[in-house]
Amino acid sequence: MGAESTVSGAEIGHFDALARQWWDEDGDFKALHRINPVRIQYIRDQIQAHFGIEVGAPKPLKGLSILDIGCGGGLIAEPLARLGAEVIGIDASADAIGIARSHGAKLGIQYQNTAPEDLGGQRFDCVLSMEVIEHVEDTELFMEATAALIRPGGLFVGATLNRTLKSLALGKIAAEYVLGWVPPGTHDWRKFVRPSEFASLLRRAGLQVSDFTGISFRALEGDWTLSRDLGINYMLAAAKPGGE
Amino acid sequence: MIVGGGLVGAALCVALAQAGLEVVVIDRVDQRGQLDAGFDGRASAIAQAPKRMLSHLGIWEHLAEATPILDIRVADGASKLFLHYDHTEIGDAPLGYMVENRHMRSALFQALRPHPGVTYIAPAEITGVERAPEGARLTLSDGRTFNAPLVIGADGRQSYLRGQTDIALTRWSYKQTAIVCTIAHEKPHNNVAHEHFLPSGPFAILPISGNRSSIVWTERVGLVPDIMELDDAGFLDALGQRFGDFLGALSLAGPRWTYPLDLQFAHRCIDKRLALVGDAAHGMHPIAGQGLNLGLRDVAALAEVVIEAHRLGLDIGAAHILERYDRWRRFDAMLMLSLTDGINRLFSNDIAPVRLARDVGLALVNRSGPLKRFFMRHAMGEAGRLPKLLKGEPV
Repeated sequence: MGAESTVSGAEIGHFDALARQWWDEDGDFKALHRINPVRIQYIRDQIQAHFGIEVGAPKPLKGLSILDIGCGGGLIAEPLARLGAEVIGIDASADAIGIARSHGAKLGIQYQNTAPEDLGGQRFDCVLSMEVIEHVEDTELFMEATAALIRPGGLFVGATLNRTLKSLALGKIAAEYVLGWVPPGTHDWRKFVRPSEFASLLRRAGLQVSDFTGISFRALEGDWTLSRDLGINYMLAAAKPGGE
Repeated sequence: MIVGGGLVGAALCVALAQAGLEVVVIDRVDQRGQLDAGFDGRASAIAQAPKRMLSHLGIWEHLAEATPILDIRVADGASKLFLHYDHTEIGDAPLGYMVENRHMRSALFQALRPHPGVTYIAPAEITGVERAPEGARLTLSDGRTFNAPLVIGADGRQSYLRGQTDIALTRWSYKQTAIVCTIAHEKPHNNVAHEHFLPSGPFAILPISGNRSSIVWTERVGLVPDIMELDDAGFLDALGQRFGDFLGALSLAGPRWTYPLDLQFAHRCIDKRLALVGDAAHGMHPIAGQGLNLGLRDVAALAEVVIEAHRLGLDIGAAHILERYDRWRRFDAMLMLSLTDGINRLFSNDIAPVRLARDVGLALVNRSGPLKRFFMRHAMGEAGRLPKLLKGEPV
């Protein structure tokens, strides 16, 4: 890895210990499995809208190249590959990459234990960074390296946690210590990113934000849904100008 | 993979195949072309919401005949107080339809035929099922094996798949047997269904095509052998005493059948890589004609959950996907089980105070518009958060 790195050492150690459990639906990543369907829905719908793909096509992402930065055990890479995309997943944790490779062996996904700034020269139709930026040391450098991997006319989709009192109470304290949805120490609230901060990082990297959408937990139904409330978890889409 | 190709299993297969999923159906008997009334002489009530789903799935158009129910008259034994459900009270649509099971079966298999993604294997005996974190595998007695991310148990009350799990089952017998037969009568039924609450159990007259009705005669278990041993004339005589003479002379239009009645419900309708639908998840008293309707509502909910997951490229057999189905169905299934159980208990006796209470209750329900409309809407399958297929919409 180069002298300048976007990866935080303490953060990687934390995820290595958990890597084995990526696919245990009742394990430490239980909450991630539950929240995953709405994330995939958002990614699929944003890609369909951006690239003008017909809704309801059997393999809607066929022919698109997607880079998933911080792919973890492959929870997002696998469904996207099943929808027809050519997916490359990268992660700073070698354990997670090992798990992802063995779990999704049949899906033709390429997994690499590397960082975005080391992929130099490659271009993708779509680059994802789901819940990564809040674990990154130098967000400016990370966003620059990420944007460089998107082809002109391509799409960026990101997700993170907002830095609000509500996210401190629910996204950090309640989720880690009270409800036990994610292991304690998963998140450092001070590194959470406000939508305005994320947007300005994207702008400086040359991307144009096209959508913000929140994710809310419905206690009554016991599931997650897309919403307008950006107060805790939110996702965004941004286009890279240019292309045909 | 669906185990069981009965009405519920086949309907689910149509719904999934139309959404582009590959489906393997495995059944103990080959039900294709079983049009003979000797194979299954029953008829089923189909409520409006399941009817919309069957229309949307292109099944209804293949039905040889379906008889609209325009009016339901409920009478309590000899008492004159009765409850009258008239379809004009909640709009123009019929309250439901009577469909002979053999016609439904034929329509389902016609709707299945054009789908290349469907593999139908029957007759076949399953000798083993493995459900691992990465998928399910079924082994047949001839050694063939089938793998899928999800196996669906549509294999009825004695579900083999349910038996392979530790899902708790609550069941009790009603100590009643249903005698089922088809009769022809002199006068037209005018699309009216009748339910007489007799001390030994409910007696239902359900209109089917022509001057014919399907009879569901609930009787105490001990009396049933004697009734079944009667010759046709004797049987018609006993039936006539309960039926009355308002439709003129009666004759038998098919064989007589008996079905022991019990209630059973599985405490969960999912397990690792397994989902249960229809009678495999819940068997109930036929008192309100809700068994198949409940099964078809399972179909609508499970199809929606599975198809949505499939369209997101998700693992359709993952626990968090199946939990959505379980949560969605549990309330509805419990409500119908307890309603049908409660009604049967309330009416299957002849104790004076209970009689009085229920007569007054029936009269009150009859006079209270909102309460009656609630019961009617629920019996028509309109209550609760509806799966899209029950609204006649694509998933």
